[in-house]
Amino acid sequence: MSDLTGLTIAAIREGLAKRDFSALELTDAYLEAIDAANPLLNAYVVVTADKARDMARASDQRIASGEARVLEGVPLGIKDLFCTKGVHSQAGSHILDGFEPTYDSTITQNLWDDGAVMLGKLNMDEFAMGSSNETSYYGPVVNPWRKRGGNADLVPGGSSGGSASAVAAMLCAGATATDTGGSIRQPAAFTGTVGIKPTYGRCSRWGIVAFASSLDQAGPIARTVRDAAILLRSMASVDPKDTTSADIEVPDYEMAVGESVRGMKIGVPKEYRMDGMPDEIEMLWQQGIEWYRAAGAEIVDISLPHTKYALPAYYIVGPAEASSNLARYDGVRYGLRVAGDDIIDMYEKTRAAGFGKEVKRRVLIGTYVLSAGYYDAYYVRAQKVRTLIKRDFEEVFDSGIDAILTPATPSAAFGIGEKGGADPVEMYLNDIFTVTANMSGLPGIAVPAGQDADGLPMALQLIGRPFDEATLFRAGQVIEDAAGFFTPPRWW
Amino acid sequence: MSVDKDTVKHVAHLARIKVSDAEADALRGELNTILGWVEQLNEVDVDGVEPMTSVIPMAMKKRADDVTDGGKAADIVSNAPATEDHYFLVPKVVE
Repeated sequence: MSDLTGLTIAAIREGLAKRDFSALELTDAYLEAIDAANPLLNAYVVVTADKARDMARASDQRIASGEARVLEGVPLGIKDLFCTKGVHSQAGSHILDGFEPTYDSTITQNLWDDGAVMLGKLNMDEFAMGSSNETSYYGPVVNPWRKRGGNADLVPGGSSGGSASAVAAMLCAGATATDTGGSIRQPAAFTGTVGIKPTYGRCSRWGIVAFASSLDQAGPIARTVRDAAILLRSMASVDPKDTTSADIEVPDYEMAVGESVRGMKIGVPKEYRMDGMPDEIEMLWQQGIEWYRAAGAEIVDISLPHTKYALPAYYIVGPAEASSNLARYDGVRYGLRVAGDDIIDMYEKTRAAGFGKEVKRRVLIGTYVLSAGYYDAYYVRAQKVRTLIKRDFEEVFDSGIDAILTPATPSAAFGIGEKGGADPVEMYLNDIFTVTANMSGLPGIAVPAGQDADGLPMALQLIGRPFDEATLFRAGQVIEDAAGFFTPPRWW
Repeated sequence: MSVDKDTVKHVAHLARIKVSDAEADALRGELNTILGWVEQLNEVDVDGVEPMTSVIPMAMKKRADDVTDGGKAADIVSNAPATEDHYFLVPKVVE
């Protein structure tokens, strides 16, 4: 029954309720699919088969006794950044070797409390720093999509590359992911999946390995807009353990899916038309505009004048916070330790061996911009620019715009080893359309909208008002209805 | 602003990351590329602009000052590379 892995979460819910199949059969189908595909795709770093079967059996009992919960029996993949009790949680890094938390993150606990099944932990860029999943200690993840007629391996995007690849290749029904500068939306765009970064404060950060605390936000990657809505409802919560968790009740996002967008005002920001952007991305954007017009929405030209400064400001704020957050990896409390002549030498050798190149680069940039004499010139200035970026959005939303439509990425997926080798900034530019939502705390969703000349998926992004994820699901469904679904031809 | 090799080594020491001479050379180039690129922020007029401190305005949550957790010494040291009697072991720091 390998076709079980093709079911959406909405269809799983229905199939389990009608007893068309059992949760155990479904989980077994996924475990079989993972066994076959993972040696080639490298999406999972750990498969928790026994645990998954135990959880699935428990789900079958719940279903039999009429006590099914909202995600009962739904097999999910969990990004390695999330703490999971007694299970590998190493953030794609060598420095967290052997780390098995004694507790679950709030988000994973929410998912288990709603009946979900854990298939395993998903590969990612080390400490979520990367846009191609090539910085992982566990090696790059391969995108299940290939150019038409080609057999070169492409990146799935990053940092949630394992999540995106696994969802696209039907190796889990949905996955958790995190987004600090675009790490949910960019990989979703590269793999033809749906990814939403909710408003900062919507999902608890407790138990998620921290990268940049004022930017990090978790969300789901799923195959459809509806599935993303179902998952976000379970992941999101009000959490006393996270002081930045918003005291706002979590709505039933699924209610918004399929609601009309007639009369909605969709803003189209001129600053997202970048020099050197491929014509195909521009055409995709125009196509999106036409879909909204046809659906009865009003298209409004808008301006977000500080857009171009979001990415450079991010590369000050993000590394600054990372340099502070990653100070805890010192070889004392968890993970790798490399012996040294004294304690300082032990710290320095441990961190030299434990961190990869990109992480070192960012920790050094962060340390530099926070160091005496440079703090005002870099960090304070970047935080002022961030205020201006947020103000741009506030003015647009105050003028009555309901959501902003942009491309999700400046290109489709590229080849492994193709970018960022000589110039790190080349890789950073991947996040140019997504990073503004992190800098301003706003929710953003990437929805697959078409394919380029090589047959690779491309996505559009919608950015919404704070805590108005419902509008993004409602508007996102318009793209999905018009563009359809994108499934990679199986080669693995 | 740009960094030289000595600055890279100094910053790496502040960050407690050992870097070899060859690594410091490579990092100098990479860091200068990034620092050169973020220079464009100097074009922005930030006079009178408050630096962001909280991306979504909210009052800092405070909880009641009650003991709600504890007694987990074994859990806390369970992932440490070296421990003894619920203590973390480190190289000698006091002569």
